[in-house]
Amino acid sequence: MAQVNIKKVVKEYEGGVQAVKGIDLDIGDKEFVVLVGPSGCGKSTTLRMIAGLEEITSGAIEIDGNIVNDVPPRDRDIAMVFQNYALYPHMSVYDNMAFGLMLRKFPREEIRRRVENAARILDIGPLLERKPKALSGGQRQRVAMGRAIVRDPKVFLFDEPLSNLDAKLRVQMRTEIKKVHQTVKTTTVYVTHDQVEAMTLADRVVVMNHGIIEQVGPPQVLYHSPATKFVAGFIGSPAMNFIPARLEQASGALNVRLSDGALLPVPADRTARYAGHAGREVLFGIRPEHLTAASQMEARPGLAPLSLTPEVVEPLGAETLFYCWRDGGEICAKIDPGVAAAPGVPLAMTADMNRMHIIDPATDKVL
Amino acid sequence: MSASAARPSDVLPGLGRKIGSLRQERRWALITAYISLVVAAIVMLAPPFYMLITSLKTSAEISNPVGTPWIVRDPTLANYTALISDPMFRGFFWNSIIVTVLVVAVTMVISVLAAFALARMKFFGSQVLATGVFLTYLVPDTLLFIPLYQIVGGLDLLNSKWGLVLVYPTLSVPFCTWIMIGYFASIPKELDEAALIDGANWMQMLTKIFIPVALPGIIAATIFAFTVSWAAFVYPTAFITRPDEMPLTIGVVSQLIRGDTFAWGQLMAGALLAAMPPVIVYAFLMDYYIAGLTAGATKG
Ligand SMILES: Nc1ncnc2c1ncn2[C@@H]1O[C@H](COP(=O)(O)OP(=O)(O)OP(=O)(O)O)[C@@H](O)[C@H]1O
Ligand SMILES: [Mg+2]
Repeated sequence: MAQVNIKKVVKEYEGGVQAVKGIDLDIGDKEFVVLVGPSGCGKSTTLRMIAGLEEITSGAIEIDGNIVNDVPPRDRDIAMVFQNYALYPHMSVYDNMAFGLMLRKFPREEIRRRVENAARILDIGPLLERKPKALSGGQRQRVAMGRAIVRDPKVFLFDEPLSNLDAKLRVQMRTEIKKVHQTVKTTTVYVTHDQVEAMTLADRVVVMNHGIIEQVGPPQVLYHSPATKFVAGFIGSPAMNFIPARLEQASGALNVRLSDGALLPVPADRTARYAGHAGREVLFGIRPEHLTAASQMEARPGLAPLSLTPEVVEPLGAETLFYCWRDGGEICAKIDPGVAAAPGVPLAMTADMNRMHIIDPATDKVL
Repeated sequence: MSASAARPSDVLPGLGRKIGSLRQERRWALITAYISLVVAAIVMLAPPFYMLITSLKTSAEISNPVGTPWIVRDPTLANYTALISDPMFRGFFWNSIIVTVLVVAVTMVISVLAAFALARMKFFGSQVLATGVFLTYLVPDTLLFIPLYQIVGGLDLLNSKWGLVLVYPTLSVPFCTWIMIGYFASIPKELDEAALIDGANWMQMLTKIFIPVALPGIIAATIFAFTVSWAAFVYPTAFITRPDEMPLTIGVVSQLIRGDTFAWGQLMAGALLAAMPPVIVYAFLMDYYIAGLTAGATKG
């Protein structure tokens, strides 16, 4: 049980590549934090610096209040689960889990107790005598987690542990990991590039991009109040639509003016927030789920009518997605499957202006 | 071939011909393979077989060939008993065993440690060193024995089996290191990282992870070092002239050929006896090697 504090940490690989550009992050005791971001944004590097597998160029990392910059991995009291599991191929499942404890000279009985306890939590009791080769991907994943659990470390580190599994197993193991965390309550840092994994697992999500942290917050906060265009576009699936627009002021009210002339009124409680940007070019951000067919919505304040012409329609069963292109950009909308939508036929839609975002194109900040 | 196999061609003549021709091709491939394998086996096995035949003959029979030399008319074990009861021959055997065991041990310790360092610890020049190690293997021993003679002479180790223990590793270490670098490099990086986090130091990582995982490579390297040492001919010929320090390879030829007199029966018996240890080592290690490769692949 411990907290992890990352202070102004920079990682520069030889050759001058700055993989992490001075990040600050405080991870609380028992917290489950997920680092998420596109490929190459520095997630693994950050995790490996916490583990001690990668040296820190500048800054400091504290575990449990102690600076660990120069502490070797074995003395940091952390456990890591790798993407390719990294099980010792010549050892049985039991020995794989016991290895760390044996090196630390734990008594035989204590080792047995801990391994059996972990095997029970992970439901791998019958596999203890097998070699890793004789296990399925999901079973190997459990053993890798078991190896971390038996150590009872201060921090769990996961680097994309589920990305080698098929979609169904991934969902199952995701729940499993959450369950394990609720049982053992160890501080956890989890790296993934899958935002659904991030949203479902995390107490707090850390969105990284190009070696910096874009935003840190609970999943719901990231979804409802993204701080930057990157976060707005990264969290949520299908991704948020960004439509070039102008903020126009008319007799005390603010409107979003789209290029085709459509006028979408900004709700009264938000006019003060955007007043300073009246008359400027902005990006109008709205999620597909907040662009719905007029026929399926009861009229309420904040719903603005809008006509869209579907060009591609994707019925998914529980909902229907359609896409249209305007101003060089794609717009995706999520409508009720009962609404008849056909390519080329204009559809009366509503935009939920209470859930929209206005982005300053110069800074990419959400206003 | 059977009636049922011929039936499809009655119904579908075109298809039948196709199947038939495929089968025929397979048959030809098999026949060719068998013929070449049999020829190869005969070519390879004829010399040892002839050695065996000759070693079972009396000197009189060897020097007075009547009819085909491929059969023994009057088999005898006299050549073997004479050799085995000869303390000098037993001395050759001992020398070979001592030298080989030491060379294999020295080679494996050096090359496993060197390969581990070159494959895993990134240090200045490690890449160049790894290539350099392999390049030294390309220099033939027929070129090296003259300078090595000076070195061994300088160390006052000429005419001593310890000199051989010193020089054989110059042949075996580079190649074994190179084999082991390949095996170690194929072990995923995450495995050492997992071991590091689990609390292993470098030595434990080597002994508990790398060596067991790379066991097939270690056995291949051991077999190589064993062969180099057991079958070495150029170095002992150059460095050893005293019979009591000679290994088998040169002992047999130098002591059993006196002037123009070739003790053929004993020569052959000696050569066959000398070939026994490699056969035993190969048979034993090969089984182990294959068992290591396939362990866990079929179980569960
Ligand atoms: N050993 C290295 N030497 C030089 N550059 C490196 C090294 N490892 C990573 N990088 C670079 O650092 C950046 C961040 O890499 P990192 O592995 O942390 O990305 P990531 O967020 O984990 O991406 P992914 O989702 O693809 O795993 C990348 O641009 C990568 O090319
Ligand atoms: Mg990564």
